[in-house]
Amino acid sequence: MPSTVSFTLNGEPVSAEVSSRTLLVDMIREQLGRTGTHVGCDTSQCGACVIHVDGVSVKSCTMLALQADGADVVTIEGVARNGELHPMQAAFREHHGLQCGFCTPGMIMSALDLLQTNPDPSEGEVREWLEGNLCRCTGYQNIVKAVLSAAATMRG
Amino acid sequence: MYEFNYHRPASLDEAKRILSGNDEAKLLGGGMTLLPTMKMRLAQPSDLVDLSAIASLSGIEVAGDSITIGAMTTHAQVAASAEVSSRIAALSVLASGIGDAQVRNRGTIGGSVANSDPAADYPAAVLGLNATVITDEREIAADDFFTGMFETALGPQEILTAIRFPLPKRAGYAKFPNPASRYAVAGVMVAETGNGVRVAVTGAGANAYRVSEMESALSANFSASALDGLAVDASELNGDLHASPEYRAHLVVVMAKRAVAAAGG
Repeated sequence: MPSTVSFTLNGEPVSAEVSSRTLLVDMIREQLGRTGTHVGCDTSQCGACVIHVDGVSVKSCTMLALQADGADVVTIEGVARNGELHPMQAAFREHHGLQCGFCTPGMIMSALDLLQTNPDPSEGEVREWLEGNLCRCTGYQNIVKAVLSAAATMRG
Repeated sequence: MYEFNYHRPASLDEAKRILSGNDEAKLLGGGMTLLPTMKMRLAQPSDLVDLSAIASLSGIEVAGDSITIGAMTTHAQVAASAEVSSRIAALSVLASGIGDAQVRNRGTIGGSVANSDPAADYPAAVLGLNATVITDEREIAADDFFTGMFETALGPQEILTAIRFPLPKRAGYAKFPNPASRYAVAGVMVAETGNGVRVAVTGAGANAYRVSEMESALSANFSASALDGLAVDASELNGDLHASPEYRAHLVVVMAKRAVAAAGG
């Protein structure tokens, strides 16, 4: 039985008809056309689908679209401002924190959530926080560097 | 995932009405276990009753000698609570070690406890800290709550609303996490409570259980060395590709010692 889901996506009101079993990530990618959020494992392990719902990071492959009704949703497309990369995005580019780039949107959304509660994390805290985000290319070294660098920039 | 009817009631009464006479309905907490299970088509509920809009089910309340945590309170909220960490640090440690950050942002204490997953962390806290499980119908003592693998004393229409933890004199939690999932291969909560020492194990058996030999040894001497030479019988423990029953039996003793040390013993 289709139902209408409405929420705020990157500051804009959106809505779509979904079935009860439509996953939030599928609604965002296939119905709303925002394909920056990726589906890697589809089993809540890899973190490629991490987005923010009501201010915290979640795995959008393990949430029903219906659960997001009325929520404030932010995806990787909502992070840059006025055509300028967000400091976290700029740091990933600067420090070569990606190779194939598939995990990057999830890495960035997850790292941004860390800095909301811990603006000055240690290297260990960054590594521990990112345990729900898998990268099969980089070996994580430059990802951690990028997050620490972005944290420093964002602290000003 | 199979189709189902989705409901998001605003009150417990409304949730109860949807549940009544609907044997195949399931309550949805954070969905961190239920949704993956449904995606694999291992569960096929006719209806999902999402409890997230019932405000009274979320929050942490401190009374003189206890902390009551609403069923829909997330692991991240428990882990971040200064009221919890200053009174029951072991509970903070446990909540901050569940899954990963995103799982902790969605997963709820009520969902975890009601599911009685043999490898979940919270059952060890409920049993080890001698908590009381509060439902819309009654209060259930921790010792009577976990009845088997994925089985509890909850009735089919009963809704877990909160868990009340009495403040222990001291407590510690240690687990050997599965390196991929962070589920407990073996996890032990040790607590010195007003009614004696309690030792509760998760991850090793069909459901969380207490170890009376350890409780007696620690009552006499609350230190890790009191558990030296104590062996756990492996015959009833879980064996899978992650760990044999014998290895889990060994880990239970090691984790119990670490938990005692974490409690300051």
